[in-house]
Amino acid sequence: MAILSKDEAQTILKKVLSFSTADECEATLNGEIGGNVRSARNTISTAGAVDNVSLAVESRFGKRSGVATCNQFDDATLRRCVQRAEEIAKLAPESPEYVPLLGPQQYLTAPASFAQSTANITPDYRAQQTAASMQLCDTKKLDSAGFLEDSAGFIAKRNNKGLEAYQQVTGLSYSVTVRTKEGTGSGYATADFNDISKFDAKILTQIAADKATGSVGAKAMEPGKYTVILEPAALVANTDASLLGALMNAFDARNADEGRSFLSKKGGGNRKGEKMFDERVTIYSDPTHAEIPDLTFSPDGRPQKKVTWIEKGVVKNLYSTRFWAQKGNIPDIPRPGGWIMEGGTQTTADLIKGTQKGILVTRLWYIRPVDPQTLLFTGLTRDGTFYIENGKIKHPVKNFRFNESPVIMLNNLEAIGKPVRLAGNLVPPLKIRDFTFTSLSDAV
Amino acid sequence: MKRREFVGLTSLAAGALFLPSIPGFGGSLVDPERLLEQVDPAVKKRMADAALNAAKSAGATYADVRIGRYLNQSVFTREKQVQNIASGESYGAGVRVIANGTWGFAATNSVTEAGLAKAAQLAVQIAKANSKVQKEQVQLAPQKGYGEVSWKTPIQQNAFEVPIAQKVELLLAANAKALDNGASFVNSSLFQINEQKYFASTDGSYIDQDIHRIWPTFTVSVVDRATGKFRSRDALSSPMGLGYEYLTPKAVDQVAGPAGTGLIGYRNSYDILADATLAAKQAKEKITAKSVVPGKYDLVLDPNHLGLTIHESIGHATELDRVLGYEANYAGTSFATLDKWKTKNFQYGSKLVNIVADKTQPGSLGAVGYDDEGVKTGQWDLIKNGVLVDYQKIRDQAGIVGQDHSDGCCYAQSWQDVQFQRMANVSLQPGTAKMSVDDMIKNVDKGVYIAGRGSYSIDQQRYNFQFGGTVFYAIEKGKIAGMIEDVAYQANTQEFWNSCAAICDRSDYRMFGSFFDGKGQPSQVSAVSHGSATTRFNGVNVINTARKIG
Repeated sequence: MAILSKDEAQTILKKVLSFSTADECEATLNGEIGGNVRSARNTISTAGAVDNVSLAVESRFGKRSGVATCNQFDDATLRRCVQRAEEIAKLAPESPEYVPLLGPQQYLTAPASFAQSTANITPDYRAQQTAASMQLCDTKKLDSAGFLEDSAGFIAKRNNKGLEAYQQVTGLSYSVTVRTKEGTGSGYATADFNDISKFDAKILTQIAADKATGSVGAKAMEPGKYTVILEPAALVANTDASLLGALMNAFDARNADEGRSFLSKKGGGNRKGEKMFDERVTIYSDPTHAEIPDLTFSPDGRPQKKVTWIEKGVVKNLYSTRFWAQKGNIPDIPRPGGWIMEGGTQTTADLIKGTQKGILVTRLWYIRPVDPQTLLFTGLTRDGTFYIENGKIKHPVKNFRFNESPVIMLNNLEAIGKPVRLAGNLVPPLKIRDFTFTSLSDAV
Repeated sequence: MKRREFVGLTSLAAGALFLPSIPGFGGSLVDPERLLEQVDPAVKKRMADAALNAAKSAGATYADVRIGRYLNQSVFTREKQVQNIASGESYGAGVRVIANGTWGFAATNSVTEAGLAKAAQLAVQIAKANSKVQKEQVQLAPQKGYGEVSWKTPIQQNAFEVPIAQKVELLLAANAKALDNGASFVNSSLFQINEQKYFASTDGSYIDQDIHRIWPTFTVSVVDRATGKFRSRDALSSPMGLGYEYLTPKAVDQVAGPAGTGLIGYRNSYDILADATLAAKQAKEKITAKSVVPGKYDLVLDPNHLGLTIHESIGHATELDRVLGYEANYAGTSFATLDKWKTKNFQYGSKLVNIVADKTQPGSLGAVGYDDEGVKTGQWDLIKNGVLVDYQKIRDQAGIVGQDHSDGCCYAQSWQDVQFQRMANVSLQPGTAKMSVDDMIKNVDKGVYIAGRGSYSIDQQRYNFQFGGTVFYAIEKGKIAGMIEDVAYQANTQEFWNSCAAICDRSDYRMFGSFFDGKGQPSQVSAVSHGSATTRFNGVNVINTARKIG
């Protein structure tokens, strides 16, 4: 029963609300079917499957709130779940940050967020894609380690103030690391989709394999400030922190207003309206974007709309909770899902051609905050780092540790390439001057 | 926004922190009293047998089942208010099988004999499907069955029995101490976990365990509006394998920090009020502290800081699955390769460095009676007198390195995740000669003293790392010479551990803990402790992390 239709879901939610005795009640149903396959050393190591639907009920008495969940849907269980939420609410302290539940909302539509092809994935499909990757590496006498994960699901919301929401989503993500048998070269490729018709594990494995063989014999270069070309996987990541992800995560209005953000203004307030980045930097979110269709409502029911966060280098909007927006009388904008950084038409190869001296970075990894005041982060290059000279890749180089702020990085912009989808975002490769590498790593 | 992130953000009251998005803190949210209920082992045995029999009938040559009730409770506050209180429960079973020499796994929240039998059959079906593209047959180290046995974390007070109001009162009192002493903001929280897990296998083991963990923590921030500068100081508590008794401070558990710092180190109990008071004062001091001059320094590292360095540069590097390449696509591999280990003289660190892996240490996060594949736990040497002597391994890895036994460090974060090799407590043994932290500092001419965890990053083979900390003090001519800021040190793992020049004695030994250590795809968390005494490292590269943005 994992993917309920809108009617099926709303029927359950209406029943849940009918059991409520609270001042306010909101119920959220979500379901998922999916699976994953993990491989290493050119063989499958683990595989799993998910099939689950669960209900969350939030009940409120005045400013007291309680939440309970369940994953059985008979009347008795639903009634117990509502009662439990109400019991917890009665025990809870009053919230000084209470805001009433939202009433009816108008949401955009993003039908491309769901693809039947992805919902139809079978264990055989996962095994075939994984086998194709492993076979390619067997043939080339390389080692692959990969992870394929897919899901199809839905989210439905309803409350006693008239709010009603429903959307289906599908997704598949794949990543593969290919290493030479001697461990002297390593390459990486990753991609994610709503619709699997564009997915081919073998093509991605070929990219990673080329990086692996190309990175054998890496030479050491002195750490220091370099012009770099950061491929999209060096800017955002599916499972780890990333430089652009960290930048977007820092657009919280409250932190900025409270004085503990790079967006805080000396003397109080925030830096909305200030030009903080190169004028070619524009970042926005749009849940209806054809290439990264996303949820059109936020977890608290607010509509997700097109929002410009940075326009021509100027901070245009910050996101906030409903409480903070009302308290400060500021725009009530939820945190976005995926986002889009505008770019040009050049591919990574084009950017390389236009570079006299520089470093091509496939991937940055183990990125952690060093100083929230300046948004300084540290991390390392990984899985394919190359020296560029006169528009060509000259030779692989040993990995570097960097200490850099995305704020400084986006002021040192040399060129922007064509955006590609990664981790649910659209991200261009970037050419950056004076990127700060602080030490060398022996890691391959 | 990914659907799962959305789900995590939905399941809580408005204005709350997003608890279910924290690994290990998902599950259904239930009323607190329900967390005290236990499931009868006899019932679990009957269901486990149904799964094992179904697996064997379907063609499994080995099967194990974990019936787990994973409970958690957390309290979040900021300044004078409660942000969120949540009690969660996740109950279900995972069945793991070997069929055609291949692993298969399936999980179900239908904890009935029929539900478990169905999961077992699905696990066998998955194993057989995957065996078609499998190249290496799974070989398990032999393991005798223990029959019906049990184990319980030796706690004095079950944190789940303590009224929530009492926990809220304590956190708000800590917040008040911080605010009274100059904090602009303070966030405090208390995490509690109880794993009630039942393991059974075709080897003949029926193991019932009741495991408890707790972590009180806070972050105090001071904002100087005039300069626009802000600084934070985190709690110096450790997550522990203890009950609520951890929050009743005892003088015997306190170790004075270096003279001139006011710091206190905590063993098996923690004084959150005293630490919050000190934290506010130190956060204020950080605003005006001098910026470090980069260069080579002798580092004197407090156990509450050094634990994370041990974790990243030794704990993860000696995990055999990383060494063999099973984590290559995510967390990476390891520089501590088999060829280095086989030489029996790979000098990982100086002769002072003795590193022990341990799954039994009382009060530690990793302490259990048996691991999640039914192996009785113990302790073993990883590094002896500076030389790499062993790895951390589980049943299907032992044979690969020519050994006939698992180390008992297999773990799954819940019933619905497959168990795999996870880090044991990995600890640096204290020095044998009497030495306090002040004794150590008096011999340091130019150094930096660091306490608490900060920024941390290490490469995918565990060579190059960079660590920050919570508080930093300059050491000049044998004495603490004031707080400094903007400190991070960068080193190569082997060079760093070979620069280990002195270790304080056992009286200074304490445990650091990592409550949410991530690994695997899909990612799972585990909790692990790292003990050490204050330790000196000579000539380490310190960088200045201050920057200016426009």
